[in-house]
Amino acid sequence: MFSAETLQKFAREVAKYPVDQKQSAVMACLAHAQEEKGWLPPEAIEAVAVYLGMPPMAAYEVASFYNMYDLKPVGKYKITVCTNLPCALSGGYHAGEYVQKKLGIGYGETTPDGKFTLKEGECMGACGDAPVFIVNNRSMCSHMHPEQIDKLLEECK
Amino acid sequence: MLEIEIDGKKAQVPDGSTVMDAAQQVGVYIPHFCYHKKLSIAANCRMCLVQVEKAPKPLPACATPVTNGMKVFTHSELAVKAQKGVMEFLLINHPLDCPICDQGGECQLQDMSVGYGPMKSRYTEEKHVVFHKNVGPLISMEEMSRCIHCTRCVRFGQEISGIMELGMANRNMHSEITTFLGRTVDSELSGNMIDLCPVGALTSKPFRYTARSWELQRRKSVSPHDSVGANLVVQVKHDNVMRVLPRENEEVNECWISDKERFSYQALNSDQRLTKPMVKQGGEWKECDWNVALDYVAHGLKDVARTHGGDAIAALANPASTLEELYLLGKVFKGLGSGNVDFRPRQLDFGSDFKRAGTPWLGLKLAEIKDLDAALVVGSFLRKDHPLIAQRLRQAAKKYTKVSLLSVTSDDQLIQLHANLTVAPSQLAQSLAAVVKSAAELKGAAMPAGLEGVVVCETSTKIARSLLEGEKRAVFLGNVATQSAQATQLHALALELGKLTGATVGFLGEAANVVGGHAGWALPSGANARQMFEQPRKAYFLLGIEPEFDYGNPQVAFEALKQASLVVFASAFKNELALDYADVILPIAPYTETAGTFVNIEGRVQSFNGVAKARGDARPAWKVLRVLGNVLALDGFAYESSEAVRDEVLGKGAEFVGNLDNGLNGVSISLPAAVEGLQRIADVPIHFADAMARRSPALQQTADGVAPTARINEHTLVQLGLAAGAQVRVKQGNGETILVAKADNNVPLGCVRVAAAHVTTAALGEMFGLISVERA
Amino acid sequence: MAMLGSINGVLMEGLDGDKTWRLQDYVARGGYSQLRRILENKLSQEDVIGEVKKSVLRGRGGAGFPTGLKWSFMPRSFPGDKYIVCNTDEGEPGTFKDRDIMAYNPHAVIEGMAIAAYAMGATRGYNYVHGEIWEIYQRFEAALDEARAAGFIGQKILGSEFSFELFAHHGYGAYICGEETALLESIEGKKGQPRFKPPFPASFGLYGKPTTINNTETFASIPFILKMGGEEFLNLGKPNNGGTKLFSVSGHVNRPGNYEIPLGTPFATLLEMCGGMRGGRKLKAVIPGGSSAPVMPANVIMDCTMDYDSISKGGSMLGSGAVIVMDETVCMVKALERLSFFYHEESCGQCTPCREGTAWMYKVVHRIENGLGKPEDLDLLNSVLGNIAGRTICALGDAAAFPVQSFIKHFRSEFEYHIENKTCLVPKDVQWAGSGFHKASV
Repeated sequence: MFSAETLQKFAREVAKYPVDQKQSAVMACLAHAQEEKGWLPPEAIEAVAVYLGMPPMAAYEVASFYNMYDLKPVGKYKITVCTNLPCALSGGYHAGEYVQKKLGIGYGETTPDGKFTLKEGECMGACGDAPVFIVNNRSMCSHMHPEQIDKLLEECK
Repeated sequence: MLEIEIDGKKAQVPDGSTVMDAAQQVGVYIPHFCYHKKLSIAANCRMCLVQVEKAPKPLPACATPVTNGMKVFTHSELAVKAQKGVMEFLLINHPLDCPICDQGGECQLQDMSVGYGPMKSRYTEEKHVVFHKNVGPLISMEEMSRCIHCTRCVRFGQEISGIMELGMANRNMHSEITTFLGRTVDSELSGNMIDLCPVGALTSKPFRYTARSWELQRRKSVSPHDSVGANLVVQVKHDNVMRVLPRENEEVNECWISDKERFSYQALNSDQRLTKPMVKQGGEWKECDWNVALDYVAHGLKDVARTHGGDAIAALANPASTLEELYLLGKVFKGLGSGNVDFRPRQLDFGSDFKRAGTPWLGLKLAEIKDLDAALVVGSFLRKDHPLIAQRLRQAAKKYTKVSLLSVTSDDQLIQLHANLTVAPSQLAQSLAAVVKSAAELKGAAMPAGLEGVVVCETSTKIARSLLEGEKRAVFLGNVATQSAQATQLHALALELGKLTGATVGFLGEAANVVGGHAGWALPSGANARQMFEQPRKAYFLLGIEPEFDYGNPQVAFEALKQASLVVFASAFKNELALDYADVILPIAPYTETAGTFVNIEGRVQSFNGVAKARGDARPAWKVLRVLGNVLALDGFAYESSEAVRDEVLGKGAEFVGNLDNGLNGVSISLPAAVEGLQRIADVPIHFADAMARRSPALQQTADGVAPTARINEHTLVQLGLAAGAQVRVKQGNGETILVAKADNNVPLGCVRVAAAHVTTAALGEMFGLISVERA
Repeated sequence: MAMLGSINGVLMEGLDGDKTWRLQDYVARGGYSQLRRILENKLSQEDVIGEVKKSVLRGRGGAGFPTGLKWSFMPRSFPGDKYIVCNTDEGEPGTFKDRDIMAYNPHAVIEGMAIAAYAMGATRGYNYVHGEIWEIYQRFEAALDEARAAGFIGQKILGSEFSFELFAHHGYGAYICGEETALLESIEGKKGQPRFKPPFPASFGLYGKPTTINNTETFASIPFILKMGGEEFLNLGKPNNGGTKLFSVSGHVNRPGNYEIPLGTPFATLLEMCGGMRGGRKLKAVIPGGSSAPVMPANVIMDCTMDYDSISKGGSMLGSGAVIVMDETVCMVKALERLSFFYHEESCGQCTPCREGTAWMYKVVHRIENGLGKPEDLDLLNSVLGNIAGRTICALGDAAAFPVQSFIKHFRSEFEYHIENKTCLVPKDVQWAGSGFHKASV
């Protein structure tokens, strides 16, 4: 199910917790699983659950509760735009509109070529850098004004 | 103790009590949904908000600990305003479909909305819709928009049934109860979630839309489905059983029943019922009146007994027959000069007969299981054989009880086991002997004779140590131990272990009335259940027995039945095979249509009345046997009622039977020699375990209702040169069947797990005998 | 982004952006000297807690509970494991200070946690990092590796008998995990659903063991408090409001960012440090403590000083110190709509009033914003929020209610205009002009 590298990451996460509390690593393992698969197919959730010795339903509860897990396939680049109030005051809404127009898709949609998915996000804790995007849950992009957005989309090959 | 005043009523409550506990003690009702006394506290519905003096905000009664001198107001303005506010929130997204809701009339939300709900909704937005789910044949989740997210069902899975099948996915208003990937709910206790659901979200699939709750008559009964004797409420409409629910009895079943107990009733109203006595004449079955049938039976039995002696006739009864039935059957046969009566059809080793100190039983009360410091279960498919005892052990294991299992498969019991030892059936006695030896070593006591060659292991020592620590400990012998060819040795070894460790020894009990069978003198003075078929008789009386499913070695039973000149088949249900070997078929009443008594495994005497009129010409078996006694002109068959029979056996007003004692006299330890060859492991699958469950369509559609496979350890599969998934020919004696081979590493090496009690395996022999498997 | 300014800065003083976060830089700044001092001099637990108490350091996460007092709740004689947990799940809209502390001064957090562990006899700790700041999480893991290698955390720290294992745990997108018991559930590998209290974490916390949870900034302040002495730290601020604090200023100012200033500094001074209002527009309103704090009209906030007591007197809360500044181009209905959506979206779904009530409030505000408001809606909203506040398991219910209540209270006429005219009082073409997205509009 998972690559040796991902399994190694799992082991590293499990080691952070007391031996009888393996379930604690579920969030990190799901995140690593998603990184490998691009999203979280049900089999991956179940495999993580089995790895940690927890009921698959409990792992699914976690996967469906936290909004950075993707339970459906997403594009190669998932761009999450913060539109919460503090960001919106400094261009969050506008940046969202701009990128939607550029990609020709709305929030929750993926471009036909499967390259981009847009999501509307909640506070990312970087309101001073607004507008803020996160690419693939990993990389935060600050001050996303038109030219920065153009550049980002250009770089996403 | 803490002092508390609730709505002016003063009470003393133990430390650690909640306001809800205290309110129940003083008889004040506080509305609630998520709170349930058997589940952990969630405090999520917020319906039980009450005013507490000096607290600025209303507090949830279910989760607020009582402090000394606390004053609580459950109906103050603040409390009622909070409760009404919550009720409004609960109703805004709840569909107002009470008239078409199955829960209507017994819905907590409906009841409470009358008391706390507004007349008119202020909510004008769109209601939230939740998609329906299919979770199998028992629980309907068709209208999940009704769910109020109390999570009782989720907590039940996590805490009581031990398997989290339902969960609450997502968050915020999109939270919804679901299974992982739309899988089915397979727990053998799943139906309790229907009872727990305070609204019409989880309803009974078989019951759905068949009756309104107010049309039903509620009658008390007792479960015939296992040795616990769960207390039931059977709900009846026009003499049809429509629904079976648990009747709370903390001492027996708490507030739970198994799915087998809940859904078996489907068989009662089916066209599989026998409704007319029948006699075979010239190879043709003819319906007849009872007097004709009983004359036939009486003359037939009497003729054989007179011509060939009492030893030529035999009677075998189902251990789930009532005390009265078992007693009268024995009495009729005694009257005919025969001691060939038994009620233990699956037993193979009767070495303890005439050596028992008293009536075998659990060794303690069911309610005492929670107080055990350690328990060892020997030879049991625990969860499936005894769902409610397993449940009690599960709860105990979560607290402090060290529960160990020594059995023939390592199926997940959903219990946090202290130790688990899985061995081939032939190794059970050796392994238990190892625990005995470990105990002797740990204690520094003399080793009991006969254990010289026994090798102890780490696990046997671990188990023995657990049984030596603490105040209360127990060793339980399960169904496999009872059905084993080594049953007497296992019994004796358990007693040795008990002697060494101070642990109580007990039996889990194969069926609803095994204790009643012993107490009711339905034991053989002549041939036992094994002998009566191994040495064929001229005539047989089968009471509630389907030999192909209920007898330990169906092969042998069939041969004997086929050669007999008279077979009387008394049953509530039609049986295809009986049409061939039987000569008379008597339609008898199932537990819902007769009065009677079950004595549960703790020796508790539980009498019940019929809840519905007997179907067709079916009659309670105790009456049939009484009339048979009359027709035979036997003395002492003038009973007016089933109570009169019971009182004759047990004395008047007995709550528990006397002389409960698991001791043995004159049995020495002598371990069986090792067995060479492939061994069969036969479980009795929970939903094939009795005639009713077999005929419940809903139960047959569950995961526990699938046809048996040949389950074999991967290594053994390789040794046998077989592939998982392939069809294999399974043979025992001169019988064989074709099954699918399945890899299952819960099965020990050198064994094949082939279930009993199923039509596909009825041609086979002993449950734990030798078996061969080859490519088909 | 680095610190944009400070007055008597402590936590972030002398930091140079991304370049000086490593262990060697922290040690060069005098880092880990306090942990070393405590261990070498075998200071008593009471001495350490006493110093923290003297500083009147109040929890920087939002509730403002005195830290020293919280520490003293931990059972001293508990035989099993005890836990220290740092809350870096910074998701309160407007707040972004902990991210900078973690980015530029991660070892201050580690040292603070180690000292806290020593003071409370804890053996294990976790820092729960907001999932959205992955790069910061990775940096913190790197800092942990450095600290472990140097013997500042782990077994027998600096040769003493004191051992403390510290790990990072990341979130993955749930605001509610900033609530301390939801955070504990999340570390346990469950949904982040808050627990009912009592029992409190100090007696039944992570894995059911005594646990103390503090905010990142709180822990980061500890080494400095011990270095300068509790009293001196207190004196940096004002009575009952000890020390300096980070303020995250966002919205319509010229230089949004983090500012470390002594508690008690006038709001006007802070606004000035931020370069004043963007485009010179007029201040309309400020949410002074993260989005859960009641909004304050311009005239009220301009008279306040930035400390717990003054803001509270002004009708709001200092909260996490997230100052959201709004100019006259903001439509208050639209602003509230976005906040209401947030609370509804982030409700964990566990308890009835929050799950149902936040969605209801959002739907009504959304309707008003879209021209479908009814005259009775404002009273309805007030009634609904009244049925949420104080009735829920955790404070998210209150947090969702306060904005609605305060927006309607202070800007009722704007809401009424919206309902009556089915459009906004602030002309559409002016709305959000202050966002500065298209540079021309700045």
